[in-house]
Amino acid sequence: MTSDTRMLENLAKREYEFGFVTDVEQDTLPPGLDEDVVRAISERKGEPEWMLEWRLQAYRHWLTMTEPRWPNVHYDPIDYQAISYYSAPSKKQVESLDAVDPEILRTYEKLGIPLEEQKILAGVAVDAVFDSVSVATTFKEKLAELGIVFCSFSEAVRTHPDLVKKYLGSVVPYTDNFFATLNSAVFSDGSFVYVPPGVRCPMELSTYFRINAANTGQFERTLIVADEGASVSYLEGCTAPMRDTNQLHAAVVELVALANAEIKYSTVQNWYPGDRETGAGGIYNFVTKRGKCAGANSKISWTQVETGSAITWKYPSVILKGDNSVGEFYSVALTTGFQQADTGTKMIHLGSNTRSTIVSKGISAGRGQNTYRGLVKVGRSADGARNFSQCDSMLIGSDCGAHTFPYIEVSNPTAQMEHEATTSKIGEDQIFYCNQRGISTEDAVSMIVNGFCKEVFRELPMEFAVEAQKLLAVNLEGSVG
Amino acid sequence: MSATPVLDVKDLHVTVGGREILRGLDLEVNAGEVHAIMGPNGSGKSTLAQALAGREEYEVTAGRILYEGRDLEEMAADERARAGIFLAFQYPVEIPGVSNTYFLRTALNAIRTHRGEPELDAMDFLGLIRERVQLVKLDEELLKRPVNEGFSGGEKKRNEIFQMAVLEPRLGILDETDSGLDIDALRIVADGVNALRSPDRAFILITHYQRLLNYIVPDFVHVLKGGRIVRSGGRELALELERQGYEWLGDEPVATAEAEAR
Repeated sequence: MTSDTRMLENLAKREYEFGFVTDVEQDTLPPGLDEDVVRAISERKGEPEWMLEWRLQAYRHWLTMTEPRWPNVHYDPIDYQAISYYSAPSKKQVESLDAVDPEILRTYEKLGIPLEEQKILAGVAVDAVFDSVSVATTFKEKLAELGIVFCSFSEAVRTHPDLVKKYLGSVVPYTDNFFATLNSAVFSDGSFVYVPPGVRCPMELSTYFRINAANTGQFERTLIVADEGASVSYLEGCTAPMRDTNQLHAAVVELVALANAEIKYSTVQNWYPGDRETGAGGIYNFVTKRGKCAGANSKISWTQVETGSAITWKYPSVILKGDNSVGEFYSVALTTGFQQADTGTKMIHLGSNTRSTIVSKGISAGRGQNTYRGLVKVGRSADGARNFSQCDSMLIGSDCGAHTFPYIEVSNPTAQMEHEATTSKIGEDQIFYCNQRGISTEDAVSMIVNGFCKEVFRELPMEFAVEAQKLLAVNLEGSVG
Repeated sequence: MSATPVLDVKDLHVTVGGREILRGLDLEVNAGEVHAIMGPNGSGKSTLAQALAGREEYEVTAGRILYEGRDLEEMAADERARAGIFLAFQYPVEIPGVSNTYFLRTALNAIRTHRGEPELDAMDFLGLIRERVQLVKLDEELLKRPVNEGFSGGEKKRNEIFQMAVLEPRLGILDETDSGLDIDALRIVADGVNALRSPDRAFILITHYQRLLNYIVPDFVHVLKGGRIVRSGGRELALELERQGYEWLGDEPVATAEAEAR
């Protein structure tokens, strides 16, 4: 199937199209959280003692914390004892695709990511996360030849304990924040990547996340390490089935770039946003993503396209520790229906001549509320640090809102900061102009919004850029006129 | 005439924001003809253009518009455009982030698809616009820029004519395309329009000034006043208007020889 026909199919559907549930037997823990639950998770995953200890430390710390209330989002209190903290397909992990549960494979096909096709056509190694346990990993051997480790987090704990011990929590410590600490205690699985010195990963690494079991919070843990002179590009794409109860998602992603290394992390997020008319049932996406440019001349780049979730709370950040290191954040966040997003980035300049770029595009339609919140901090030692920030907001209709909270803290007089911000509205006259040239209203809105987001989309890998445009078009359906 | 007129307007009443602007307008435009519509400020000239193009706020309360025999009432603005109605805007709209080329290719392919023709690929499209851009002597660099963004007034108007040259409509409506143009730009725009004149294409020129009609010679001139066409004639009517202004015409329609002959 070509991407064009897929796009047409997507456009033809008005309801959230990925809202279906796969019927697979699940091994699920009963709702509730205490030390026994943490131990049970660790045991089910066959973890070593040190991993369990780390979880327990996190859990004990979590008990002393309170949920943050400063984000510009509103939701009913979450009952953490009503959530089940572990869910895994009950069948055992498999060696090849043939052994994967056909039901799961069909789910991926519905999502348009047939593993076989991707393996052959796209050259993308897919580490498919179905709920909590990785069920299929491809291209592993090819990567192994180069010394690249790309596997599920649980597997890395078993096969590369030294690497995990060294870097886990080195960017996001288990004490970091309420949701990251919760994740540290109960994380189920996720991805692990290690690229050895001087190796450029020859393909885009990609993981699809999916929340499936009812009432099971998903707590992914991802750790990516690029050793000296290494480079890697990682893609994360998300869809989730339709649900009536709110689903908590609190992931942690840690990136470590050593000297002269480069990590590019791209996300397209399309989780169920809740009922368009009432806002009920959408995903709560409370995510901590942070990268550390640990060595000189390293670079970390975040690109995100956030179109889903009832509530998005995430600030992919970069700690610029190495001299001459570079941090980038390119973001498109769309809120429509009753969606709320409070998202942005933190750029922490510590090394000298560090540079950061922030380009944020917020689009609000329906009754969506879109907040950009960003911090640029320049430490005393960061001579010659530079930042450029651009925060643009676009409003569609008159019931939505856009908010911008840029924070700038500079402790070094040689720093250069630039900040630009705009707010615009799609006008009736723009739509009519497009209509008068033969372009339908739906295509016109999608064209205008895509034009608005162009600076971000061009940072995405080609295939992802196409998908991102499709997602915007689908999510904007019916927002105008 | 035996062939179906391109445009056949009968007793058209149009209301904008609760105010009736057009009050019984009649107009017939046949293939190959150029009609100039003149009239004082506020007489309803632009309202006619917007109503023909199908802008929603312009409500037809009585009468009808037939385009190639089809009632336009049933067709949304984008459908009318795909069917061959083109409006050169008095104030062309800016679309940030969308390149002129991409915009125009999207439009052309929407129209081609409607006609049952295959979409043009990027290379063929580039060839087409390189050729057509010569018609209005527009800098090719402008085509890469966002739609109308940072264009001078004259460049915007030339861009409208350029778009018309690419989209090849059956009926071109020019809403005060001459306003704000210096004499050189006016000549370029007029040359562009003249190059597009053909036996199966028709034009409606809405203008304040006789000046434009020195360069695009109309077959008919109509005077719009108080929401109705009060006088129709040949080119000489425009010259008369220039000498005497609109005041010498009353507010009531006067039957003319041409109109009678139809």
